[in-house]
Amino acid sequence: MTTVLRRVAPQLLTLVAVIMLVSIYFPSFWQIVYVNERLVGIPIDVIKRGAPVALLAIGMTLVIATRGIDLSVGAVMAICGASAAWSIDQGFGLWAALGIALVAGLICGLWNGLLVAVFDIQPIVATLILMVAGRGIAQLITGGTILTFDNDAFSYLGSGTLLGVPVPAVIWVLTGIGFGLLVRRTALGLLVESIGVNLRASTLTGINSRVLLIAVYMGSGFCAALAGIIATADIRGADANNAGLWLELDAILAVVIGGNSLLGGRFSILASILGAMIIQTINTGILLAGFPSEFNLVIKAVLVIIILVLQSPRVLPQLAYLWRGRRDRSQRPKQSQTSQQNAGTETKT
Amino acid sequence: MLLSTRDLTKTFPGTRALDAVSFDLKAGEVHALLGENGAGKSTLIKCLTGAYRRDSGDILFEGQPIFPQSTLEAQAIGIGTVYQEVNLLPNLTVAENLTLGHQPRRLGMIRSRAMNAQADEMLSGYGIDIDVRRTLDQYSVAVQQIVAIARAVHLSGRVLILDEPTASLDAREVQMLFDVVRDLRARGLGIIFISHFLDQVFEISDRLTILRNGRHIATCPAAEVDRMQLITLMLGHELQQETATRARPVADGKDAIRFSGVGRRGRIAPFDLTVHKGEVIGMAGLLGSGRTESAEVLFGAAPSDSGTVEDSDGPVDLRNPRAAIAAGFAFAPEDRKTDGIIAELSVRENIILALQARRGWSRPIPQAEQIRMADDYIARLDIRTPDAEKPVGLLSGGNQQKVILARWLATNPRFLILDEPTRGIDVGAHAEILRLIEDVVAQGMSILVISSELDELVAVSHRVIVVRDRQHVSQLTGEDVTTDTIVRAIAAPDLTPEATT
Ligand SMILES: Nc1ncnc2c1ncn2[C@@H]1O[C@H](COP(=O)(O)OP(=O)(O)OP(=O)(O)O)[C@@H](O)[C@H]1O
Ligand SMILES: [Mg+2]
Repeated sequence: MTTVLRRVAPQLLTLVAVIMLVSIYFPSFWQIVYVNERLVGIPIDVIKRGAPVALLAIGMTLVIATRGIDLSVGAVMAICGASAAWSIDQGFGLWAALGIALVAGLICGLWNGLLVAVFDIQPIVATLILMVAGRGIAQLITGGTILTFDNDAFSYLGSGTLLGVPVPAVIWVLTGIGFGLLVRRTALGLLVESIGVNLRASTLTGINSRVLLIAVYMGSGFCAALAGIIATADIRGADANNAGLWLELDAILAVVIGGNSLLGGRFSILASILGAMIIQTINTGILLAGFPSEFNLVIKAVLVIIILVLQSPRVLPQLAYLWRGRRDRSQRPKQSQTSQQNAGTETKT
Repeated sequence: MLLSTRDLTKTFPGTRALDAVSFDLKAGEVHALLGENGAGKSTLIKCLTGAYRRDSGDILFEGQPIFPQSTLEAQAIGIGTVYQEVNLLPNLTVAENLTLGHQPRRLGMIRSRAMNAQADEMLSGYGIDIDVRRTLDQYSVAVQQIVAIARAVHLSGRVLILDEPTASLDAREVQMLFDVVRDLRARGLGIIFISHFLDQVFEISDRLTILRNGRHIATCPAAEVDRMQLITLMLGHELQQETATRARPVADGKDAIRFSGVGRRGRIAPFDLTVHKGEVIGMAGLLGSGRTESAEVLFGAAPSDSGTVEDSDGPVDLRNPRAAIAAGFAFAPEDRKTDGIIAELSVRENIILALQARRGWSRPIPQAEQIRMADDYIARLDIRTPDAEKPVGLLSGGNQQKVILARWLATNPRFLILDEPTRGIDVGAHAEILRLIEDVVAQGMSILVISSELDELVAVSHRVIVVRDRQHVSQLTGEDVTTDTIVRAIAAPDLTPEATT
């Protein structure tokens, strides 16, 4: 527990700092009220709107831990959202729609995993294929229009609440816990880290790295499917062109803010989720502060750069060194003076 | 004095790698730096070359204090280094490697003719005749080492540091390298030489400095100590003599593993091998002769494309390492950096990894059990680490090797393949590992040892297979297992016992 806390401390501190920054511009940040059986307030809005990126970040963390990357998640969201909307439209009902969307996500992941693990294509290239082609596939499913539907049970997943908490937030929390238990209560986490650090040595040690890689990309596809379902349910329609657009970049950013190395190895799902919440808090904060929308992306970029620089493993020791160096320098002259004096007395005698 | 350190200290979390070490290097001497695995030799070098920032102490170059912040700065001052792993770019030409960073240019364009001429000139006097326009990877490791030395000498030219340069060279190549070193000594360079091969140390060095646990123990002329004294200084106690009792293997063939006609096109010609329970098979041959390739076929790392494998229960599946491990095989590869350790994971995780992989992801080894196993092997193999949670990449080279051994012993295999198991391991640990081999063999494990150290092969093997030109050319058994016969079998095809009888 303490090791987990120590691991995510930078992300927690950053989140607190970002929240404080937002509260300065918007002092009523923490006002949460309970109306119509739902909690309403900015933090609630953050955990609801942050759901897609948080979900994508969960799967992306595992992919990045294997030294890979999954650029296709945004497009996979669109495919899965379209599949769900199509199923509802066909009158298959809630459960069939969910099943079809999740299976679509798993198939997308399988495709990526096969390209990476079996055909040895670099992950960035392998997933780029689906990133580009995915929106086309989604358009084929929706028939080129925004496929709207009317199904209360399904849209509950996007805009409903459970005990006052938005359902999307419940979904990402449960998914996060589920994945966390899956990788840490079994040996999966260790094996994933191992193939991320040294694939060749891991294979020689008997780790089934191919299957593991495919599974990780399928996990990412599964998370993207959940995110796609939420996005579609929220707007009661599947928009093949805009669902999940650019969200792969936010997901990667969340993982990186979470302190996970793009070079693979050690990972923390919790830290990535905190990263997603940091990004969403910034997004919401910029919106609330009422900056002209042209500034949004620039401000976001500046904040992200500051966060990353402060977290960089190069900068922290440097700062620590400067800090120590200042103390050392204030002590050292005394030492060298005494040694000079010693030398002086020696030469005199 | 060319280069000296005064009270050099360097601490890592949990380890004092250097504790007030003072050391002097004269111009025109070869100075050997000796000590057990983890004694601090590489750390001392890295402080000298600016790769690590020292905590305290002084480094003097010709009496002037210096503060190199990077290996580049150290080079500019005059200190050049060649590491065990050649750190050149294999897919560039020899000339590009030699001149990288200071190629002759005109209008910003590299002038290749001038560059090649310059490279030729840099290599003249090293006694190797190679085409500088070919890529570096077309030449042997020894030639690559010499190219690395030529580059280091050209750039720095006063001090040359060689950290275990001979670990992957065969006897002839070592002589080639030593000729170069002697020549440079005659030109007045100060040379620091790190090695665990004591014969080589006595052959080439003028003075010795011994480190133990980060402390300076002694410095003396090489002629004034003998091998046993040196080992005692390194270990802090006398080396226990190896027991030369070799239990006969059970050769009734009941539990034997029979490989017939296994091989892989272009890597190793098909061969037969029967491995009996409790038997140690040695494998000798020059580098590149097909030793490692044989091991990879036996372990399924480069699966055989012919032949069959059987044991008493029928055919054995060796499709890939995973299948081989399931069949009770284990393989500690030659190149531990790329094929062995998982650098970022802890010592504990590295030790349990093979066992965990075999159990499958859904049955994690309980944490308490992991800790018990790790502590057990750390004690048994005397792995020098502050604790089991240290990332294995931060251990000294020899200790990393021991962690890999521990990883495989933990799976309790029936057939263990060791490719150069003692490379980079100090004399004390060397003896321990040979003892360990005898131990596990007595319990019925079978072992294949690949080694360039013939003494070691003779000491542990019941029989020795000789590999030449990617073929298993002969097998020596019983009385024939001596260094002499092995050397002859490696060198001359018509002198092998099989050919003469
Ligand atoms: N970067 C590092 N971080 C933490 N500990 C380190 C680091 N580098 C070395 N050490 C520790 O310092 C000690 C000395 O290591 P060093 O590599 O100098 O040994 P060595 O004498 O070169 O051994 P070997 O013969 O095995 O190569 C070891 O205990 C090692 O674990
Ligand atoms: Mg070393």
